[in-house]
Amino acid sequence: MTQPVLDVQDLTVRVGSIEVVHQVNFALEAGQRTGLIGESGSGKTLTALAIMGLLPDGLSASGRVLHRGRDVLAMSERELCAVRGDQMAMIFQEPMTALNPVMKIGQQVAEPLRLHRRMGGRQAHAAAVRALERVRLPDAAEKMHAYPHQLSGGQRQRAMIAMATACSPDLLIADEPTTALDVTVQAQILDLLVGLVEEGGSSLLLITHDLPVVANVCQRVLVLYGGRIVEEGSVQDVFGDPRHPYTRALLDAIPPLDEDLPDRKLKAVAGSVPGLGEFPPGCPFRNRCPRADGACVVMPELDGTDHRAACWHPLT
Amino acid sequence: MRRRTPPTLLIGGFLVALVIVTALTSAVWTPTDPTHVEVSARLKGPTPTYLLGTDQLGRDELSRIMAGARNTLLIGIVTVLIAIGVGVPLGGIAALYRGRLEDATMRFSDVLLAFPAILLAIMFAAVFQPSTVTAMAAIGIALVPVFARVVRGAGLQVMQQDYVTVTRTYGGGNGWIFIRHLLPNVSSVLIVQATVAFAVAILAEAALSYLGLGTPPPTPSWGRMLSESQTFLDQAPLLAFWPGVSIALTVLGFNLLGDGLRDLLDPKLVERLPAQG
Repeated sequence: MTQPVLDVQDLTVRVGSIEVVHQVNFALEAGQRTGLIGESGSGKTLTALAIMGLLPDGLSASGRVLHRGRDVLAMSERELCAVRGDQMAMIFQEPMTALNPVMKIGQQVAEPLRLHRRMGGRQAHAAAVRALERVRLPDAAEKMHAYPHQLSGGQRQRAMIAMATACSPDLLIADEPTTALDVTVQAQILDLLVGLVEEGGSSLLLITHDLPVVANVCQRVLVLYGGRIVEEGSVQDVFGDPRHPYTRALLDAIPPLDEDLPDRKLKAVAGSVPGLGEFPPGCPFRNRCPRADGACVVMPELDGTDHRAACWHPLT
Repeated sequence: MRRRTPPTLLIGGFLVALVIVTALTSAVWTPTDPTHVEVSARLKGPTPTYLLGTDQLGRDELSRIMAGARNTLLIGIVTVLIAIGVGVPLGGIAALYRGRLEDATMRFSDVLLAFPAILLAIMFAAVFQPSTVTAMAAIGIALVPVFARVVRGAGLQVMQQDYVTVTRTYGGGNGWIFIRHLLPNVSSVLIVQATVAFAVAILAEAALSYLGLGTPPPTPSWGRMLSESQTFLDQAPLLAFWPGVSIALTVLGFNLLGDGLRDLLDPKLVERLPAQG
């Protein structure tokens, strides 16, 4: 078996002394598209930031994040700068604020190329036009001279994707890349992402709370709750045959389109996500779980071979 | 939609342009040599030969005012460059690195802030000879904290922006963020602050020259012309008037220009920039 592009081992993220991500383990194979799903506050974004070595001040990560065998958490700032953008890149949720309002699109898209490929002005400009054409931004050459406010949300997100993929990184992390966009644009952006990732042979870690998006885009899925992976497996296995009650609850919360709606209530996951450090000890889901009993005071291990779930009372 | 040009900008711009044109003209032409002594024509009132009269040594007042404009501008430019050259990196470091480095740079600028320019100039003049250079260095250093604070304040805001995080995700280090993102975003505040500092510097130099700590004779300097005219106030009152008006109008011009630029570049900025002297 070849070395995975990303191998996360026992990743723990702390805010002060409170653990918000607990000993997370997963690996991304080359060319694989993996979804990381969970409610707000489940630690999805912190996991992603830790992988990029970009945790904000006051947060610390321990464990190992091996990217091509090199531990990101042990890298110096200089080494991180060399890796970020060149070998791993990230796309954020909010394309409105992610671009510098006083810089032209072209200059910004050219930045990673100037940083990592040591391109001069003209060369970087040409490469940036190609990058914008690759993300199918209409009138790419013209848009090079536009300022961010002159672009629509979808166009800006395309520009962001162009920046992130400019140096063909082998790991692309997309943190809710379509949440801020309307549905028709969402589908286009996701198609684009999948296309680019397939073309470049990169791995994609797609962070979202939108399950259908994961079902459409990804091959594998990780379900995160309370900073722990509670279920992982292929998309068919996890969504077709969920084993963890939390995954089941998430799936049930998707409103079906083919039912008569008038007198039907939307299902929600019972209760709400506890605040930081307020998760119950043991299985973090047990205070919201219909199947919880005394055994759940102890955190179960992820059980299984390919389709794994951390539950004492799995559904199947 | 085009924003209306603020009237302060027009008036300020006109006054500053007047000073610049005068200074440039004086470099190639003045009515007479500003240092030429004509003892037979001491303390004359305005005449066709001497449009603004002559001083106590019979030097042409108009020529000296014109040459003084050059001196004034030179001092303004150099001091502001010193203040920007030191203050902007200091403020940038504070905004970028936070933590101890921020404390260190900001406390350092507090220390500088505690020294009035005059005291610094007296110290420099005592150690070296009083000259234009010591005056410029003293005023420049005294203005450093102003720029450090402005850049830190605006920089902290910029550092909170998503695009700075995005820059980090594609490998931009602190230096890159400083040059590509922080500087362009604080440049408008910086331009406004520079014009205000320019006015402060001119006033400070006039004060230093008045005290004999600035430009040494015979180079014409408005501040020293003012102080020398004092002795002859009852014989030639206009002699005090010309340099005084020149200083006042120049400082006013730069202040108005700064105000106007601020209105033009940043209509959101409500609070007034700290003018200090």
